[in-house]
Amino acid sequence: MSCDDVLIHALIDDELDAGHARAVEAHIAGCARCAQQVTAYRGLRQALPAHELRYTAPAALRARIERVAPAKTDRRALLKGFLTGGAISALAAASVTFVVVRQGRDDAILGDAISAHLRSLQADHLTDVPSSDQHTVKPWFNGRIDLAPPVIDLTGQGFTLVGGRLDFIDGKPAAAVVYRRRVHVINLFVAQGLGARSRTPQLEVVQGFNVLRWNEGGLDVVAVSDLNRDELEEFGAKFIAAARGTGQR
Amino acid sequence: MAPDVKDDGGTAQRFRAAALPYLDDVYTLARYLLRDSHDAEDAVQECYLRAFRHFGTFRGGPIKPWLLAILRNVCRAEYARRSASAFVQSDEDKAAEECSQGIWEEAPSSPEAETLRHLDAATVRRLIADLPPAFRETLVLREINDLSYREIADVIGAPVGTVMSRLARGRALLRTAWLAEEKER
Repeated sequence: MSCDDVLIHALIDDELDAGHARAVEAHIAGCARCAQQVTAYRGLRQALPAHELRYTAPAALRARIERVAPAKTDRRALLKGFLTGGAISALAAASVTFVVVRQGRDDAILGDAISAHLRSLQADHLTDVPSSDQHTVKPWFNGRIDLAPPVIDLTGQGFTLVGGRLDFIDGKPAAAVVYRRRVHVINLFVAQGLGARSRTPQLEVVQGFNVLRWNEGGLDVVAVSDLNRDELEEFGAKFIAAARGTGQR
Repeated sequence: MAPDVKDDGGTAQRFRAAALPYLDDVYTLARYLLRDSHDAEDAVQECYLRAFRHFGTFRGGPIKPWLLAILRNVCRAEYARRSASAFVQSDEDKAAEECSQGIWEEAPSSPEAETLRHLDAATVRRLIADLPPAFRETLVLREINDLSYREIADVIGAPVGTVMSRLARGRALLRTAWLAEEKER
């Protein structure tokens, strides 16, 4: 491999897959110039006070934007809408109710998953059992929840296992298996009755978070993260390959 | 204004829940792109207005890069307005010119091994603000908005390879400026 500054930056940014990262690291080990570049740019990143470089939006601007998208639903307008549609047949009304109720239940499950994800990001809430060892995390759930969640170490594939936690979704206990990709946390919730429709992962966007949901070995699995869509789908694919024994692990 | 009149309240609530947490991110990018707090506020407000209007067409993916892409478009319109009103060369043109003038070759190809000394945040902000626009926006999206290469590529509408070379160049320029700033003190 020859000197390539662009790849050095990709290495510093943790944007290379394992194979390329090894190749670049091997080159750096034997190239004084590139080794110096790595030190120089790691130093730049460390010197940048990234957090202090952010700006905070003025309160007046926030208030103006909140007026753009008003917070309160106008219930009177909604009611008026229903009343003008008074001629709907009882049958149609009944089926509408059914759809609304089902939708409502699913929204509640996903809403709980997002809330649990957000809570987990607060200080010291991420894991009850912090460990990158699947043989430590999996037995921890024994006796705490009446199911055996799949706990799979994907560290070698770019998703670091950081531990497990007991959480609650839809009023019932759920196992949360926690992974990290760069600065992004993935909460993998495992329980029964989380509304997965098939063994094929379905991607949804809820409150701006990517949510991947599928059925794995009779259990419903919901992965929540602020990770981009492609990488969350990659996570799902690697998890499934390992869980179903088709991976090369 | 609302995407769907019948669904006004629900959509507005979903939009608020999804988009408002990123207000500081959007405002930060606007400050670095426009280098003026009043213009930045106007651009952010316009960005959220457009985002809300098009929220119905937003399909999947994290919302942060989507919002930042809209903000960037608003800022480009602002560049165009500035250049039309005051004979100011647009930042994009300047970037193109700077590239063609060989600024690429000017910076040292292998930086000195000196360790960077601490500079206060206000000084670092100024050094970043002085970078040519194309490099500045990529650097800010990566270092301050914390986007991945793929997300930056989506925001600026360029291939990942372009993101990588602009980031490498942007960091080289920033490091050079940083060392020059240290010497002046």
